[in-house]
Amino acid sequence: MRELPVSELTAAVRRLCIEANYQLPPDVTARLQHCRDAEPWPPARDILDELLQNAAVAAEGEYPLCQDTGLACVFLKLGQDVHLTGGDLATAVDEGVRQACRDGGLRASAVRDPLQRQNTGDNTPALLTVELVPGDRCEVTVAPKGFGSENMSALKMLRPSDGKEGLLAFVLDTVRAAGPNPCPPIVVGVGVGGSFDKAALLAKKALLRPLGSAHPDPLWAEIETTLLQRINALGIGPQGFGGKTSALSVAVETMPTHITALPVAVNISCHVTRHAAAIL
Amino acid sequence: MIEITTPFTQQRADALHAGDQVLLTGTLYTARDAAHARLCEALNRGEALPFDLQDAIIYYVGPTPPKPGNVIGSAGPTTSYRMDAYTPPLLAQGLRGMVGKGLRGSAVVEAMQAAHAVYFGAIGGTGALIGRSIKTAEVIAYGDLGPEAVRRLTVEKLPLTVVIDTQGNNLYELGPQRYLAQQQEG
Repeated sequence: MRELPVSELTAAVRRLCIEANYQLPPDVTARLQHCRDAEPWPPARDILDELLQNAAVAAEGEYPLCQDTGLACVFLKLGQDVHLTGGDLATAVDEGVRQACRDGGLRASAVRDPLQRQNTGDNTPALLTVELVPGDRCEVTVAPKGFGSENMSALKMLRPSDGKEGLLAFVLDTVRAAGPNPCPPIVVGVGVGGSFDKAALLAKKALLRPLGSAHPDPLWAEIETTLLQRINALGIGPQGFGGKTSALSVAVETMPTHITALPVAVNISCHVTRHAAAIL
Repeated sequence: MIEITTPFTQQRADALHAGDQVLLTGTLYTARDAAHARLCEALNRGEALPFDLQDAIIYYVGPTPPKPGNVIGSAGPTTSYRMDAYTPPLLAQGLRGMVGKGLRGSAVVEAMQAAHAVYFGAIGGTGALIGRSIKTAEVIAYGDLGPEAVRRLTVEKLPLTVVIDTQGNNLYELGPQRYLAQQQEG
């Protein structure tokens, strides 16, 4: 059993929250540059140049990548041989989010109650997902999620007979309906299988995959490629002003499901697909 | 590039067309969800608004707090459709321009045509670039709303795109159509 003071968790969450909001991940920058060079429509190319320039300005540390510094989605892969000491887990994570908001110039974007809508003032609470894994390490991933794109996400319980074409059609319909709202070019995370809730979590986890990485199963890798091609044939383009680059990447995550079911969740992210990770 | 200034008069608004790229110099008022709700509550009670809407432009933004030495933080546009329910009453008060990103409902587009108003797009996802270009920022109302307070901003040559003009032409329809038509020809 390894002892891990929760204060280390607080410090890591604080640091990763700030890092994610100022440094566009290298895989996202590389993908943006690739799509910019492959974009045939000049006005669209200009917008992609602006996004790259924005990332360079943000990296200087004065202005976050986006004013929506997101709700703090925190994923912990906690080794089952770790003994957390000095406080409770959720409070320690929230403290990291609070300190990042205060010290990192981040926006307080959380409301306490969905209907009464009082701002919590410090961007807490985190949206915390904990997974127990073998070992004595703790892997922390912080993915601040902007909600202009989150609000365009959708989930549908398809019938097994809808099959691959039904799945493709639902993802396409969701992206088409979102149009310019989620600040295209977007990143699309798709969760397939499990149950209503597990499909949504898979879709969110799909957004953590490095952009351009393929699913290990050839069937699903082909579906990712097909979806990206069809989305980029819609003509939405950067900002919805027209062009090829409507999406930068599509990632699908799957799991077993019930004999009656084909749950499909589509989680949309803007190009500011932020994530930063550390191992404690 | 077309240079425009505030006050944003009907004559200036009517001269713009969907797809035009403009550089805006002058005053913008920030307001998003919570501030819009309060503005409309004030109107319903027959109270005066905290700023004059005649020929004004509202920017849908909730900025991050400024770092020391800066006037504002990151300040890109938020998604506009959430303000749709509140927009027609503000247009009736003389509001002439809105800056945001994303689709508007048909009721808003109709009210814009009646009021000769323009909907501009700022580039969503360039909050750092826009924030750095803002010259002054001052909270003028609803300070308790924090990032959602109403601020008066001064901008110089802020790059914007005309998305919906006073005739109801819409770049979100025209832009993709033009791109796809060109692809078919090519």
